[in-house]
Amino acid sequence: MPRSYLEFERPIAELASKIEDLSGMGGDAGVNIAEEVARLREKRDRLIKQIYGDLNRWQRSQLARHPDRPYFLDYVPLLFDDFQELHGDRAFADDGAIVGGVARFHEHAVVVVGHQKGRDTKEKIRRNFGMPRPEGYRKALRLFQLAERFDMPVMTFIDTAGAWPGVDAEERGQSEAIARNLMELSALAVPVICTVIGEGGSGGALAIGVGDRLYMQEFTTYSVISPEGCAAILWHDRKYADQAAEALKPTAQDLLELGLIDGVIPEPMGGAHADVEGAAERLDETLGKAVEELLATPRDDLLAARQKRLRGLGVFADER
Amino acid sequence: MNWITRLIERPSAILGRSRQSPPEGLWIKCPSCCEAIYNKEMERSLMVCPKCGHHHRVAAADRARFLFDEGTFEHLDTELRSRDPLEFRDKKKYRDRLKEASKKAGEEDSVRNYLGDIEGLTVSASIFEFGFMGGSMGSVAGEKIVRGMERALERRCPYLLVAASGGARMQEGVLSLMQMAKTSAAAKRLQQERVPFISLLTDPTMGGVSASVAWLGDIVLVEPKALVGFAGPRVIRETVNQELPEGFQRAEFLLEHGLVDAIVDRRRLRPTLRQLFGQLLQRPYRQN
Repeated sequence: MPRSYLEFERPIAELASKIEDLSGMGGDAGVNIAEEVARLREKRDRLIKQIYGDLNRWQRSQLARHPDRPYFLDYVPLLFDDFQELHGDRAFADDGAIVGGVARFHEHAVVVVGHQKGRDTKEKIRRNFGMPRPEGYRKALRLFQLAERFDMPVMTFIDTAGAWPGVDAEERGQSEAIARNLMELSALAVPVICTVIGEGGSGGALAIGVGDRLYMQEFTTYSVISPEGCAAILWHDRKYADQAAEALKPTAQDLLELGLIDGVIPEPMGGAHADVEGAAERLDETLGKAVEELLATPRDDLLAARQKRLRGLGVFADER
Repeated sequence: MNWITRLIERPSAILGRSRQSPPEGLWIKCPSCCEAIYNKEMERSLMVCPKCGHHHRVAAADRARFLFDEGTFEHLDTELRSRDPLEFRDKKKYRDRLKEASKKAGEEDSVRNYLGDIEGLTVSASIFEFGFMGGSMGSVAGEKIVRGMERALERRCPYLLVAASGGARMQEGVLSLMQMAKTSAAAKRLQQERVPFISLLTDPTMGGVSASVAWLGDIVLVEPKALVGFAGPRVIRETVNQELPEGFQRAEFLLEHGLVDAIVDRRRLRPTLRQLFGQLLQRPYRQN
C-alpha cells in the first residue's frame, strides 16, 4: 500500500524509500546491500521511536486523522466473526458515515457500531468523510435498542471529525438526534464499551460514546472542537491550530490525566497505520477483558455505576 | 444630535446593556421595526416589542422576574464557580475571561437556578445567562442543570430549562463536551421518574447545548424567530459553500420541519407553561 507521510514523518519516509530502492537492487553486491538495508532499517526504527516518542499535541491531532490510519471496517474482520451489517434508520435513509451490525466477539453475540471514513474519493463521498447526519445517529440508536432487547453488549468505535454541518442535517434535527442518543445510552440496560480509534470530534463522536467504559488508542484525540475550529473562533485564524491543540489538551494521555477514560490502548511502533494487525491485537486484549468484566456485572450495578460516572463529570469549585 | 437620538441611532448601545434592566427614562429602538419604544413599556411587555412583537434577548435575572409569581422565587446554587482545569489560554487566559464575564454578567457563570411558582405551581428552573461567555456550557453550567433537575426529582415538581447558549465552552475542552452526556443522563432520570420537563429554546441555542439537554424536554417550546441549531450558520455556509435558505434555523423553520412542539410568545409563556405542566401532572390513567 502506498503510504502517505505527514510533515514530521518525512525523515522516516526518506529512509523508507532508500530502503525500498536498495532492496530492489540485486546482483553481485547482494551481501553488502543486505547489510546496508539491515543498518538502514535499524536506523529507521530508532527514528520512528524518537519521533513518535516526542510528539506535540498538534502532531498527535494530525496522526489521529492520518490518511493511512485504520478505520472501523479495517478492524471489524480482525476483531469480530460473523459480522452482518444492518442498514438504515427505518425512517429516512442509510447513513454511510455510521456502520453498524451484529457480530461475534470472544464467542459473545454483540452489536457493533462505528464511524466510517472513506479510503478513496468515491468512498469518502459515500461515507461523507465520516461525518454523520441525523439518520446515522438514529440508525445507531435503533441498533443500541436491538442490543438491549436481546441482552447483547454494545461496542462502539469512534472516528469522526464531527457531525455533518449541513442544511439537510439541520432540517432533519441533528441536535435532537445527538441529544436522544446521549440520553438513551445513559440508561441502555446492557454493557456499552466505547473506543476512540481516530478522531473524537465533539458531539458527533459523543453521540455513540456514552457507556460503561471509554478507551482511547494511543494516537487518538477527543475534543469539544477541532484545533482548526477553535483557532478560527478564539484566534480568528485557523493557522493557530497548533496553539489551539495545545490549549485544548485533546490527546489520549490528556484525557487519562483528566480521569475521563479507562485506559490508553497502546499502538504498535509507528502508530496503528504501520501495523493494523498489531493494533487490532492490542484492542482485542483490552476490549476482551472489558466485555468479560461487564458481562459478569449485575444489570442494576452496571446502570448505577454508569449513572454515577456520568453524574461526576466536570471540574468546578463549590464555595459553600 | 442629542443624547436620545444618539442612543436611538445605536440601538446596540442600549440593547447590549439590556441584559440588565434598562436604565430609567430611556427609549429603545427596536432593531426589527425601528420604532422607538419607551423602555418602561418594553419592560411591561417582557422585552417584546409592543409594535412588531420582536423578542429581545433577556438576562436570566429578568427572565426569572418575568416568569415567576412575584415574591415566590428563590435563587439557588449560587456558590458554584468555574475552575480552570486545563489552564486554558488563547489570546487571553480563561481565568481572565471568567473575571471579565463575572463583572459583566454576575459571578454565577452561564446558568442560574431558581425555585418558584408559575401561576401557583412550584417549578424548578435553570435559566441560561447568555451574557456570561455567550451562555457557554462548562462544568458549572452542567452541574447546575443537574442540580436543578435533582431538585425537581426530590420535590416531585416539574422542571423548566430556558436555553440561550452558543454551545459547549471551549476553554474547558473535553470536560465541556462531557457536560452534554451528564445533563442528558439526568434528563433520563426525570423521564424514568415521570417528572415533567419542558425546555424553552430562546435566541440563540446552538451547538452542544441544543444537541443535549435543551432538546430533551418532554415538550420543547421555542420563542418566535429564535435561532436554534447544531452547527452555526457561518460554519454551514462555509462547508456547503452556498447561501442558506431564508429563515434557516429560525423557530418557524424548526416548527415547519417538525423539530419542536410549539412557538410560544413570551407574553403567553406563563399561562402556557402552567397549563402544559398541569396536563402532564394529571395522569388520569395512572395505575399506582
